[in-house]
Amino acid sequence: MNAESGGTQLLLLLLLARKGEVPTMSEAIMSSQMETAPFDPRFPNQNQTKYCYQSYVDFHRCQKLKGEEYEPCQYFKKVFRSVCPNAWVEKWDEQLENGSFPSKI
Amino acid sequence: MATWTYLGFQDSASPLMEQLIFFHDHIMVVLIMIITFVGYMMASILTNSFINRYMLEHQTIELIWTALPAVILVFIALPSLRLLYLLDEVNNPSVTLKTVGHQWYWSYEYSDFLDAEFDSYMTPTNELESSGFRLLDVDNRTVLPMNTQIRVVITAADVIHSWTVPALGVKADAIPGRLNQSSFMMSRPGLFYGQCSEICGANHSFMPIVVESVNTNSFLNWISSYSD
Repeated sequence: MNAESGGTQLLLLLLLARKGEVPTMSEAIMSSQMETAPFDPRFPNQNQTKYCYQSYVDFHRCQKLKGEEYEPCQYFKKVFRSVCPNAWVEKWDEQLENGSFPSKI
Repeated sequence: MATWTYLGFQDSASPLMEQLIFFHDHIMVVLIMIITFVGYMMASILTNSFINRYMLEHQTIELIWTALPAVILVFIALPSLRLLYLLDEVNNPSVTLKTVGHQWYWSYEYSDFLDAEFDSYMTPTNELESSGFRLLDVDNRTVLPMNTQIRVVITAADVIHSWTVPALGVKADAIPGRLNQSSFMMSRPGLFYGQCSEICGANHSFMPIVVESVNTNSFLNWISSYSD
């Protein structure tokens, strides 16, 4: 069980285990799968637009700084993939390619 | 779901909706007491012939009918604020569902682990099975795990829509260029119906929402079959 995956999930697994409905997929797969972008105290409001945008920018800045192989950058990718609509990401990727992305990477 | 002549709330399927219903009932008690009292006073004053020619002011009664409403308002405001902040809370979500409003359908994206992306159109009446619900059933339901904290990120691609599921106590506007977050936890399995709640054009009435609440295992099976 991943420590980050939260108490709710642990509780859920315990409940399932007690009922004898232990998921056929292994617990390891499940805990790694049932994970999403965590609550970010910089964005405590209903409006999450900046959470998405900032994570996208951070990912590309991180890659530029540390190289594409640097594993910790993937965290930002995970966050913006979870929070940003796919259409937005596609649009920004295109802008990055054309050099018309509004932020400094 | 709501059926014909059903005027109350739908049965709640999430703890927060349960709290909202309790809050509604609490306010109704206060409201009915006030209406009964005021109605009784009006009736009794209109139907008797007592007069007091010398009364110009009465400090005591003035004090009471100023202070008492203030106290009553506090008893309404505090639970209301509690609920407001509870609804805003995001408790460690395990799944993020992205929902995008279009003219005139909803599209959904799950991209936490396996990628799933699909559009959800209303089933037209002539294609509806006899067990289906007219104007409410869709071709692709939004499957989500129960007993799990879910974050919904709501946005729109063209005009303003509003993503609403009354049984879950969720309603948030879908605004182009903005991501609105809402969260819920479904406490039982079932189908929860909702409709677009912001006038968005000609087919505003024909873009319903169906959330299918299943156990985690079924959800994982569904999403793995979807992303193939």
